[in-house]
Amino acid sequence: MKRVVITGVGAVSPLGIGTDRLFQGLVEDRSAVVNQRQEWQQEVSDLTSWVGAPLTEPLDPNRIPRKHRRFMGRVAAMAYVASLESLDKARVPEEMLASGRAGISFASTMGSVGALDRFFRTCFEEREIGRLPAGIFFRCMSHTCAANLAHALGITGRVLSPNAACASSLQAIMCGAEAIKNGKQDVMLCGGADELHVTVVSSFDMVRAASSHFNDRPQDTPRPFDEERDGIVCGEGAGALVLESEQSALAREAEILAEITGWSTNTGGTHMAQPHTESMTDCLRAALHAADLSPDAIDYVNAHATGTLQGDQAEAEALEAVFGEKGVPVSSFKGHLGHTLGASGALELIACLLMQKLRYLIPTRNLKTPGAGCGGLDHVTTLRPAEFDRFVKSSFAFGGIGSVLVLQRYRHG
Amino acid sequence: MVDQAIIEVVHQTLVEEFELSAADLSAAVSLYEDLGLDSLDSVDLVVALERAVGFKIDRVADEERIRQVRTLEDLYGFVQAKVNSSGKQA
Repeated sequence: MKRVVITGVGAVSPLGIGTDRLFQGLVEDRSAVVNQRQEWQQEVSDLTSWVGAPLTEPLDPNRIPRKHRRFMGRVAAMAYVASLESLDKARVPEEMLASGRAGISFASTMGSVGALDRFFRTCFEEREIGRLPAGIFFRCMSHTCAANLAHALGITGRVLSPNAACASSLQAIMCGAEAIKNGKQDVMLCGGADELHVTVVSSFDMVRAASSHFNDRPQDTPRPFDEERDGIVCGEGAGALVLESEQSALAREAEILAEITGWSTNTGGTHMAQPHTESMTDCLRAALHAADLSPDAIDYVNAHATGTLQGDQAEAEALEAVFGEKGVPVSSFKGHLGHTLGASGALELIACLLMQKLRYLIPTRNLKTPGAGCGGLDHVTTLRPAEFDRFVKSSFAFGGIGSVLVLQRYRHG
Repeated sequence: MVDQAIIEVVHQTLVEEFELSAADLSAAVSLYEDLGLDSLDSVDLVVALERAVGFKIDRVADEERIRQVRTLEDLYGFVQAKVNSSGKQA
């Protein structure tokens, strides 16, 4: 079995385009959440949540060649820009991408929501399809990110798109890691993306999972683990990571950012929307088992913690069950970024790699007083110097799906 | 005989929609081999010309004629015929 390492990262996030902007925003404790009412109420009048975390920096579509851009909706365009950064940082040569030994595992909750909106409006309101662009379906299909990246970047190996809502990007990374571990590919471009759209917010608002009490104070929400938390704030972006076999990375003298040593994904199988502490616990333990580590070997956990009442409590209870009371430092970046959905696992993992390199932990923004059931954790609430070797990144999604990765600082031999 | 106005609107559409250089456009140029367009581009080209010139494509009746368009000269002729049959000015 091959060892799996990370050699490049790229980000498009509500805090800006590029990993530097992402990390700078997190360190400066900035929030990307804004009031979106003016835009959204023209489409949906009875939302209760009017807050979102859109890109604060415009994505210049002209940087993407037209022959590729015509097949990309916003979600694939963000994935492309993040992927370019990750490949550039990893210094992967073009001939390697086209060798058949490089593949893609890149996911989103669904295809471009903006393109789907246009497609269905045209079909059902105008009742004509003749004026739709020929490439619109390629913007809508579920594997739009992975397929577009393959063509635009000239990657010829396996192309996977394990769509699993908010767990999409961690599942995508796992699929990439398995392809490398099993020797099927040498390099895998992995990650996830999602775009902010009023219909996405509506899906959380309908089930009373969207934040609605902070519309006039958007930067005070979401509030992961906090007693005043009241739900998710949807965001958008893309996170891309270059995974590679240790052998391949060493052979071309690439900088190795970290090693992925264990992973697990499962489902509670009990409810489509309600979190399930036991299955979260199982998923965390299975990932640690895969990494051959005991819980006390973990130095930090980057939680999913979106700011919902039930989800945060269930996750806190699972973390306490696995790591013990105050057993490991925990923080969540949703208070800065909102919930970037299919991008969240990858973006937050990238931020963890940067934290590890710079040796400190970034706190959970908007966490003032832990809510009931969330108090048993060692919450990081201020910037904390930390020499951390091994950490856990988790995502939990609609469908009862859990995904957990275990990573460590790379050591040769 | 093709109106100069039709040639200009075809060229303008190709430049704006497909980010081509006007200097590369002339009657003998092939849309596919020379300009690099593909079958999906040809669908978008027709939609763009509909919008620019104001005629209406019949997706069934015009299909074969569109399929036969290979060069810019063919395209000028197709647009001219649509304009003539609809009584519009380019």
